[in-house]
Amino acid sequence: MDFHANHFQLFDLPASFRLDTDKLEAAYRKLQNEVHPDRFAAAGETEKRLSMQWATKVNEAFQTLKKPLARGTYLLHLHGIEAFSEKHTAFAPAFLMQQMEWREAIADARQGRSIEALDKLARELRAEAKRMEEQLAAELDDSKDYEAAAATARKLKFMHKLIEEIGDAQEEIENA
Amino acid sequence: MALLQISEPGMSTAPHQHRLAVGIDLGTTNSLVASVQSGIARVLDDERGRSLVPSVVRYHADGRVEVGYEAQARQSEDPHNTIVSVKRFMGRGLADLGDPGRYPYKFVDAPGMVQLITVAGSKSPVEASADILKALRDRAERALGGELVGAVITVPAYFDDAQRQATKDAARLAGLNVLRLLNEPTAAAIAYGLDNAAEGVYAVYDLGGGTFDISILKLTRGVFEVLSTNGDSALGGDDFDQRVFCWIVEQSHLTPLNAKDTRLLLTRAREAKEQLTEHDEARITALLSTGELVDLNLTTAIFHEITATLVNKTLAPTRKALRDAGLAPEDVKGVVMVGGATRMPCIRHAVGEFFGQTPLTNLDPDKVVALGAAMQADVLAGNRTQEDDWLLLDVIPLSLGLETMGALVEKVIPRNTTIPVARAQEFTTFKDGQTAMSFHVVQGERELVSDCRSLAKFELRGIPPMVAGAARIRVTFQVDADGLLSVSAREQTSGVEAAITVKPSYGLSDDEIAGMLQDANANAETDMKLRALNEQRVEGNSLIEATRAALAQDGDELLSLEERAAIEAGIAELEAGMAGADHLAIKRAVEALNQSTSEFAARRMDAGVKRALRGHKLDELSL
Repeated sequence: MDFHANHFQLFDLPASFRLDTDKLEAAYRKLQNEVHPDRFAAAGETEKRLSMQWATKVNEAFQTLKKPLARGTYLLHLHGIEAFSEKHTAFAPAFLMQQMEWREAIADARQGRSIEALDKLARELRAEAKRMEEQLAAELDDSKDYEAAAATARKLKFMHKLIEEIGDAQEEIENA
Repeated sequence: MALLQISEPGMSTAPHQHRLAVGIDLGTTNSLVASVQSGIARVLDDERGRSLVPSVVRYHADGRVEVGYEAQARQSEDPHNTIVSVKRFMGRGLADLGDPGRYPYKFVDAPGMVQLITVAGSKSPVEASADILKALRDRAERALGGELVGAVITVPAYFDDAQRQATKDAARLAGLNVLRLLNEPTAAAIAYGLDNAAEGVYAVYDLGGGTFDISILKLTRGVFEVLSTNGDSALGGDDFDQRVFCWIVEQSHLTPLNAKDTRLLLTRAREAKEQLTEHDEARITALLSTGELVDLNLTTAIFHEITATLVNKTLAPTRKALRDAGLAPEDVKGVVMVGGATRMPCIRHAVGEFFGQTPLTNLDPDKVVALGAAMQADVLAGNRTQEDDWLLLDVIPLSLGLETMGALVEKVIPRNTTIPVARAQEFTTFKDGQTAMSFHVVQGERELVSDCRSLAKFELRGIPPMVAGAARIRVTFQVDADGLLSVSAREQTSGVEAAITVKPSYGLSDDEIAGMLQDANANAETDMKLRALNEQRVEGNSLIEATRAALAQDGDELLSLEERAAIEAGIAELEAGMAGADHLAIKRAVEALNQSTSEFAARRMDAGVKRALRGHKLDELSL
């Protein structure tokens, strides 16, 4: 193990999108237990600095692998593809239409101050995001079609933005 | 004069020597110090058996400083020179205080932080806090019978970088070695979780004298993982007093009050609030300096009415924290109540209703933070074996970012990111031949720079002239385990390096701290030197101890004979230095030993990581 291992190597996990999250969490805790600055509070300056660098790296790796979209994006990066580089901005017209419909539905529910309508939309969007994650898994782990996977990752990011907007709208209504 | 004890070389490194470490809850209203002795965390009382130290500092013209009950007793009489709730001013400018007229102080705006004018000159909130911390340090050293190795100081989870930095500066000014700044709700979770062997998701609702925090934590065996935190660093029990105070003024049709009467009525307001915890009504009487008599009856119903908005103000952050953790109220297994203000029945009721369960109040809400901090200090000082300690994984409460075009904020590290964390962002020049670039570091959730807290501004100079867009400037944010930020910027393309590391502008430099310490001890220079010598010896001892332990554990495996000999020579040199009385010589020897062990430390860290993963595999096999 050295400091430049990739995130999967760091946790001794196979580099795939489908991931045993229990194993990931167990490995994360075990590593932090070893390198965390709290283990070196009474140590010399060198060890303190090294510990902070390692703990930072372990946190970064864990946060990346824990979340499906970040994990997928990172896997693509390992395969030499930057899913969110500026040259990729085109979406299929059907997806854009669907986006607009959802956006309108959120705006309507927000206007009507309906928490229930927003809840229902959030459930729908989460189901759709889940479906996209499955597609991402198939593209990354099975067919190894990385260009297709990058397109799916971009769509998934849009879904996350919408889900976040719903949360903002709900908060606005609750705190009013 | 007491003689310093110097152990024989080798004798000072007894493996299970208990290191004196304390946890300090530096509260808005009251402060406490606690320590683990014989495995049990205890709050350290004064000689009269009192645990709390009122966070009140009174300055006298002759330079005397009173802290605690003595100062509190005089606050109505001497309001300008008696500073209460100083925590509210930590890391805050005049513009942050809202209406400064509500406080009986003379403020002056100073760069980054207000100062208060007293008969003893102008005092910064950092100095006043340091005076409280000194009183706590003295109490601890008396009670424990020795010099402290270090302290864990608690801060509200929702404290921003300015407030954290100010707290750490205050601790250093008080001569404390800060082992860690620990978030108050996390400290409470340690005390509570270990006491109850709790597992699952818990919420800690912490309403103190002047701050409100809500933290959502996941407790699994040996790990306290903060999922999210939120709060209001200017909302607490004091605000309830303030509401009662306003009600008194309104009901009694009082004209603008002088500082003395303001203080008197605030005290009466607090007493009335406390009475309502046990009773349905409270009588408020006071004779003002104008001869006017206040005589009122405050009922629970009126109290609820005038404070309802304050109670609601705590629920919005609670919702936000849950949402950030991706959880609903019913996912929370228990709600721990922390802070004296959670004794108010209206708070308990509202929290119970929100989470659909009776909040947990079985630990003293005034002491639980200090006890948890003491337990963490015990771990950080290395008094526990790795088998029976625990790990804390905390987060930053507020997003950190940079100003970009149009005074907008570009977030670099989002709130609720687990610390320590580092993130980098790349920028480029927009003019041909541009040789400098300025950066503005901010903290907060809003999109406009003007709505966020400004932490620091700095400039990167010496960028080699290039066409616009060709330079690549990488700005790196690093947040350490105390939640403190450092920022560096570097131009990457040219091979010419320009780098700068900033500390937020309100932070004190090491020289300033040294200067303030010197001023404070102008008449006691010898004491100062002794203290510095002592500190260096403590540090030297702990480094030798740590290095010897590392050599015994991994020396044979990871070092060649020459490498080992070099490190042992470093130890010998440090020991020789420590026998002398020159603290600078010891400091140099400490630095040299740190230097010569750096490669060894790196190898040990790598080996530790390998070992952790090997252990991981074994576990899997045994499943």
